[in-house]
Amino acid sequence: MDVTALSNAKVGSAGVVERIDLPEDVCHYLAHLGFLPGTRIEVLRSAPAGDPRVYRLDGVEVGLRFETAKHIYLQVAEVGDAV
Amino acid sequence: MSSCHAPVVDLTHNDAPVQIGPKPLRTVALVGPPNCGKSTLFNRMTGLRQKVANYPGVTVEHHSGRMKAIGRNDLTLIDLPGIYSLATYSEDARVAVEVLTGKMAGVPKPDCVLLVLDATHMNRQLMLAAPVFSIGLPTLVLLNMSDQLETRGGKIDTLALAHALGHPVALISAANGTGLDVIPEFLLRMGNRPDDGSRPVQLPVLQSAASCRSWATQVTARTKYEAPQAALWTRRLDSVLLHRIWGPLFFLAVVIGVFQVVFAAGQPLSDWLTELMTRGGQHVAMLLPDNWLRPLLLDGLWSGVQSVLVFLPQILLLFLFIGILEDSGYLARAALIADRVMRAIGLNGKAFIPLLSAYACAVPAIMATRTIENKRERIATIMIAPFMTCSARLPIYTLIIAAFIPNQKFLGGVIGLRALVMLSLYALGFSAAMLTAKLMNSSVMKASTAPFVLELPQYRWPTVQSLSLRLYDRGKLFLKKAGTIILACTFTVWVLSVLPIHAGQFSLLSSSVIGHLGHFIEPVIRPLGFNWKIGIGLLSSIVAREVIVGTLGTLYGVDPATHSVGLQAALRGDMTIGGAIALVVFFAFAMQCTSTLAVVRRETNSWKLPAIQFLYMSGFAYIAALVTNQVISRFF
Repeated sequence: MDVTALSNAKVGSAGVVERIDLPEDVCHYLAHLGFLPGTRIEVLRSAPAGDPRVYRLDGVEVGLRFETAKHIYLQVAEVGDAV
Repeated sequence: MSSCHAPVVDLTHNDAPVQIGPKPLRTVALVGPPNCGKSTLFNRMTGLRQKVANYPGVTVEHHSGRMKAIGRNDLTLIDLPGIYSLATYSEDARVAVEVLTGKMAGVPKPDCVLLVLDATHMNRQLMLAAPVFSIGLPTLVLLNMSDQLETRGGKIDTLALAHALGHPVALISAANGTGLDVIPEFLLRMGNRPDDGSRPVQLPVLQSAASCRSWATQVTARTKYEAPQAALWTRRLDSVLLHRIWGPLFFLAVVIGVFQVVFAAGQPLSDWLTELMTRGGQHVAMLLPDNWLRPLLLDGLWSGVQSVLVFLPQILLLFLFIGILEDSGYLARAALIADRVMRAIGLNGKAFIPLLSAYACAVPAIMATRTIENKRERIATIMIAPFMTCSARLPIYTLIIAAFIPNQKFLGGVIGLRALVMLSLYALGFSAAMLTAKLMNSSVMKASTAPFVLELPQYRWPTVQSLSLRLYDRGKLFLKKAGTIILACTFTVWVLSVLPIHAGQFSLLSSSVIGHLGHFIEPVIRPLGFNWKIGIGLLSSIVAREVIVGTLGTLYGVDPATHSVGLQAALRGDMTIGGAIALVVFFAFAMQCTSTLAVVRRETNSWKLPAIQFLYMSGFAYIAALVTNQVISRFF
């Protein structure tokens, strides 16, 4: 399975968080929103300007900027078509 | 991983009540994550009988109310801030922990807890359950949005879940009001039953997210929870509303549409209200004896308060639209679309929401900046919010425009000159805000690392109940302000404008106390094209911008030369066009609002920021008005 940054994952693809390379307090904050190793994340769509993008995890849709998503690493499981 | 077991172990002990004699039930706490429908439930149970205040020393708002709507007027329901966990790194969570453990000064310790969770995504919602249970209060778990769960094919076994959690569990829909009977039943049982377990429970403060999560996953797996399908309507709507082309177009249409309706529909309503109040005032005045009492009431009090009250329709309309946008879930999408633009000036999309509300009033806007986690961006948003053209600026804008700008139409009557001037005043405030944000962005303020994370709730129909509650809240606040601060100001201005009394006669305006004060400050404001009456207006409007209209109304009203003509005509005869435009330019920038300063002081917990803000904005306003007057005077 490929490990890729969340920001590089294609719209429509999904994967499981492998690790998050961010300062501890940021990790902590993201963890309470569900961004934890083992969580399945789906790339839903981009905002009209391309960034931020909308991700779906735990049935919740969350907008995240490229600058944050590039530090979240994903094991890509499925590559689907754009929604 | 040890912390994850702490709450679970606790739960197993919860079923063994210790008999200590009944303790009357008084206070109930409502706990839940953000967007779980907690406020809707709170409104359903308390109706209009709720109080809003701030917890002492912190910026977190405190809603509480009697549970009258479910027939329990003897119980107080406390609505805790929406939180994801009890880890006390956020102010909201700290407040929640202090209230739940009875350590919050002035708030009684809750006797039991209603924990509201969104049934459509239990995995994440249950992460909050573990730390809440470990506090050891009797808890009823309410799985909200049962209607959503059902229509989208999710499954939940409440009995199995209740068994796994060791607390009663019920499926409800706060929006539809279904399943709510379980709450009075639970409360009744709690009241009759002896207190279960009053032994002190150690609160595990550091419950790691990872351990709570694995616990939550285990529980949902064990109870065979089936998450519902993604909300189809939300997906479909988002594919249009967040579309590359239609998204931004719709966004613009919404923003323009809101302002258009507020002014197009608000203006006739305001006019109608003015007429109504003027007639009412005249009728009452006829009944009064023709002595000092009549001018006191009519010129001193009524005319001042009236000039402010007429803005109620527009303010309520603006809040109605913001309420609809927020409750429907669109505001979060708007923030997502605006993020890219906001980033260019060093802010994020979440600043869009406070900045939009700032068009109604900076006070709720500054309170709304709490959703911005990044401290630097939050301060920057607080700094620029008062530049947005708030509704308190409308009275003086409308007055000056009506008095000085001819009612010309261009392009076959589609665009009016007056509307154009109004629009440019809005643009002026907006540009000042952008410039300030840019300045702050390149300044030495330390950048913090808090990321931009924006939760996109599902689209929902806004409920009439929640909207009317908002309007009721806002209307009450505005009327309170008009009835207290503004009343006191206009009254003071009137008294000072007739004192001292010589031989039983009121002073003439120019020899009154206020006349002397006005003449004293005149040299400072003369270069801006303002006379001493405008100066008094400026001084009085430091309290609140709309006060100036009331003050001018009083000042020109007591002046025999302008007593019989309307305020517009009086101003036309007493100001140059340069001075008039400089006056509205001054108002576009100046920080004349003690409520805003007070809320900035409270939100930032220091006097430094409000002081800087006051000096910066007033200086900005003075220079801009000076330039405006000097330039316009050259040409006209």
